[in-house]
This record gives sequence, C-alpha cells and structure tokens, in this order.
Amino acid sequence: MDKKRCLIAAAEIRKLAITAMESAGFGHIGGSMSICDALAVLYGEVMNIDPRNPEKEDRDRLVLSKGHCGPALYATLAYKGYFPQSELLTLNANGTRLPSHCDRLKTVGIDISTGSLGQGLSLASGVAVGCKMKGLNNYTYVIVGDGELQEGQNWEAVQFIAHRCLSNLIILVDNNKRQLDGYTEQVCRQFDIRAKFEAFGLFAAEVDGHDVEAVYNGISQAINSNMPSVVILNTEKGHGCCFAEIPGFNHYMVFDSEQADTARREIDRRLEVSLKDALR
Amino acid sequence: MLCDKFDYDLKEMRALYCDALINTAGQNEKVVAVDADVSFSMGTGPFYEKFPQRGINCGIMEAHAAGFAAGMSAVGFIPFVHMFGTFATRRAYDQLFLSCAYQDLNVKIIGGDAGVTAAANGGTHMPFEDMAIVRAIPNFTIVEPADGTMYKTLVPYMASTYGNFYVRSSRKKAVKIYTDDTEFQVGRANILTHGSDVAIIACGIMVHQALLACELLKKEGIEASVADMHTIKPVDRAAVTQLASLCGAVVTAENHNIIGGLGNAVGECLLETDPVVPMERVGVNDTFGEVGTQEYLMEKFGLTAENIAAKAKKAIGRKRK
Repeated sequence: MDKKRCLIAAAEIRKLAITAMESAGFGHIGGSMSICDALAVLYGEVMNIDPRNPEKEDRDRLVLSKGHCGPALYATLAYKGYFPQSELLTLNANGTRLPSHCDRLKTVGIDISTGSLGQGLSLASGVAVGCKMKGLNNYTYVIVGDGELQEGQNWEAVQFIAHRCLSNLIILVDNNKRQLDGYTEQVCRQFDIRAKFEAFGLFAAEVDGHDVEAVYNGISQAINSNMPSVVILNTEKGHGCCFAEIPGFNHYMVFDSEQADTARREIDRRLEVSLKDALR
Repeated sequence: MLCDKFDYDLKEMRALYCDALINTAGQNEKVVAVDADVSFSMGTGPFYEKFPQRGINCGIMEAHAAGFAAGMSAVGFIPFVHMFGTFATRRAYDQLFLSCAYQDLNVKIIGGDAGVTAAANGGTHMPFEDMAIVRAIPNFTIVEPADGTMYKTLVPYMASTYGNFYVRSSRKKAVKIYTDDTEFQVGRANILTHGSDVAIIACGIMVHQALLACELLKKEGIEASVADMHTIKPVDRAAVTQLASLCGAVVTAENHNIIGGLGNAVGECLLETDPVVPMERVGVNDTFGEVGTQEYLMEKFGLTAENIAAKAKKAIGRKRK
C-alpha cells in the first residue's frame, strides 16, 4: 500500500463528506467520520474497482450496511471519480441522486441500498454466494456499525456466512462505541464483539480503525485467512472532524460553514503532521 | 378451460409447483431455490436433487433468507424463496420492503399454507393478512392460483419477468378447476361463467366455492359470472369494471381477512369507477385462525359456497331499482 496516498485520500474524503453535509446544513457526521479511513483504504488500496466502468462484473462489491453514513461513501466515490465532486453539494436536496441513506437506484457506484439497519450482511451474503456461483474471483465487503449489531438479523447472517464458508466476504465493524442514543455500553452493551464473531468460526482481526496501515494489514490478514472474516475497526465517532469530536451527542449534527471551514483546516493541519510522521 | 367436473387433483399443489420450478430451472440457469427450513413442507426437495448446486437452504432465518435472496438477485440470479406465508410476510416484512422491493431487485417469494389451508398448524401459521401487507409495498405482484395448473404458466412467467412476486400457495391437493392445457395471463382475470345477475370475483381455493355458489344460485334462477382473480396486484381493473357494469352487483371471495386483500382491491377499483354498484365481501371477518381441518375452518369462517350465494343475493337486493 501507499501510505502517503492513503493518508491524503482519507483527509480528502473527510473534507468532502463535511462539505456535502455542510451544503445540507446537517448530517450523520459521527458515523460518517469514523469510517473515512477504512473507505480510503478499501477504495484506494484494496478493492478491484473501475470508476470509469462502475458496473464491471468482476469488481469487488461494497455494502454500507450502516446506510445513514452515505455521505462518507459519496465523498469516497466522488473522490475516486464516479461522479463530479460538485454533486456532493446536492446531498439531501430535493430530487438529489445523493440521499441520506445509500440507494443503488440513484447513485453511481452504490451496489446495494441500505438504511434499515441489520439487513446489509444478509444482502452481502447473497452477493457473495452469487459471485462465487458465477466463478468470479472477487470480494464483497460489508461495513456494519457496532450499534447496528444489536439487530438480530446480523447474527442470522453471520451464522449463514460461517456455515457456507464465504471466504469471499469480509465484514468490517465500525466499532465507534456509540449509537444514536448514547454509548452502546449504556444503551445495550455489546459484550465482546470479536469473541462473538469468533464463536461462529470467523477469522477476526482487530485494528485501530484510524490507522490506515493497520486497517490495510487487517484486511490483508482477512483475505489471506481464506476464511469468512471480520475486521473490527476500533474507531471514534466523529473522528477527524474537530467540532464533532465531542463526548456528547454527535450522531447527526447541525453545523454552519464557519465550523466546516475550521474542521477542514484542522484536517489539513493533521494531514501535514501525519505525512511528516509517515516520512520519518 | 374448465374441467367437466371438479375433483381433487391427483398431485399435490407443492408437487405441481416443484415440477414447474424444475422445468423452468432447466431452461434458465439463473433460477435458484432458497428455502428457510420448510423445503419438506413446501415440496422443493426434488429441486435440490435435480440441481444440488442451485438450492440454498438458509435454515430458520426468514428475514435473512429474504435479504440473502435479494443479494443473489443483485448479481443476476433469479431466486425463488419458499417459506410459510405467515413468516415470509410478517416476519420478513421489512426485508421484502427494503432488501427486495425498495431497491427494485428480482425476488420471487412463495408463501405457503395460504389461509385455512394451514389447518392443523393453527392460528400462528395461518396467514389471513399476508396479501394485505404485501399489497402495501410497491414493486410487488401478488398471485394466488386456484389450483396447480397455473404453475406451468406462472413459474416461467416469473422467471422471465423482472420484479418481485408474492405467490400465495398451498401444499396439499386442491380441487382441479382447469384442464391441463389452460393458459393464464398474470394480471388478467379468467372469466369462468357468464351470468348477468351478479359477479363473483374469487381467488385461490375460493374459486371452487364460487363455482359451486354459481350452481346454487342457478337453481334459484340467478345467473352469476364467476371470475378467477388470480392476480390480486395489479388487480384486473378492466375485468372488474366490465363485470360490475354487466351484472350490477359484485361479491368477492377470498381465503384471507376481508381487510386488505382481494375484496379491498376490487372495492377500491369500484369506488373509483362505479361506486353505485353494491358489493359484498366473503372472507375471514377480521379474526385470527385456529386449528382444525380445512373443511371445518372454511365452515367456521364462512368460506363456503352457501355464504357466497347468500352474499350474492344480498348484493342483488341492494341494486338500485
């Protein structure tokens, strides 16, 4: 992987996602920010995709099961050139192709529509089985939230994925420890997420979800395991967007351009620091 | 088209369905079967023997099975998903909505044990509400065959027609209504008799009862048109309006709650086209099912030829003089 390229991508995706939500005046900032680094790694360093040919059959697929974090994925797709970055300014506008929750019928590059939590893993397992039956040598990635794992359907899907040995499916858990109503520990604790997946026989890696190199290594380990896998991304809700890095409510936030400008400047400042660190 | 006399078919509905599925799968390699631990009850076992690589039994996971099937269809497969009607709809409703219909995927849901045909499985397994709730989801076609003959037309039609279907089926032998060479058109009602005093519009097992009611009424000098409205959504509006205008009185008959099913579909159409035509509904009167033989339950819930005939006379009596 090219760490420098990936750090720049993550920063740009964050800024673009903030810009998209800024245009609407509000958005699901917390969970969008926590997955920007993973999206930068997936779309920049891991996935077999072609923005000029978004429907190519042997592409890797991505299901963003936590569909409310669409702004982060739209920012990634725009950054990769699936559609013009200016379109991000239409987020949630009347008649937009970029709705709050991912919609495969509206947005180029979205493989599966999501929004009702807990359905993405089942959908992804169907995609993975279908790709396997077609003889495609590709991967299906699915991003679920840690709060989302409270939905029981996830565990139906995990049991199925394990039973069918779907080694072409890799689950990423955005373990940002928070859900809409607060900390998962207080709302309904998750217990040991890794142990739960391992109990079903999945290969599990656990990494710092904001360290692009660690995320890349975790996904590589998952691929090399030749097993159905999960990569648990230990993340922080709101990470990287200074006004959202707060202990209070940040699931969605109303914010203005001044806050957005400050956040983008801070992202640039932090990028500079991390690039210097990376060159050391 | 109509059999000369009405006897139970020699084959079970589920066997006729599976024959049609195997034939269709033989011609279309994208067709796959998805089950949720009731493949035995739904009769799909022979498909698994014929196409072991193309049958996926998910286990007791209706919500997952619906989503899984939707995922398969997203990469071009045509999944036929077999579950009891209760769990295919109530249990997996949000999956039918979001995973299948909302994103315009291509899933064929076969919901077994329609209404009172669930018999000894009782109220928990007796879907009287499945059509009502699926009707409220855009991008779903709803079909309930009167006997197993229709599967020969319906299954290949579903495979070659993009979109989500909910088929209300039953597993056991049904009274054979149609000769084997009968062809069906999804969305087009079959007009089985041509009377001009009252129109009886029925679906599923109630088509047979409607034909029996027609005979009962004939003895009293009343001529009834009987229509098999096998496609509940989209309902054949042209047939409804024509029958209403010909007969001036309408009765619907369904093995389902009178709320939300065929009666509502026909009634909505009449309200918009011919609101002065009196209409009566035969169906389960907003109550839960219970255990019993199919015959007992049909009697108990009034799903009988006698009740249809009585409602027909009531509708005729309400005609404007």
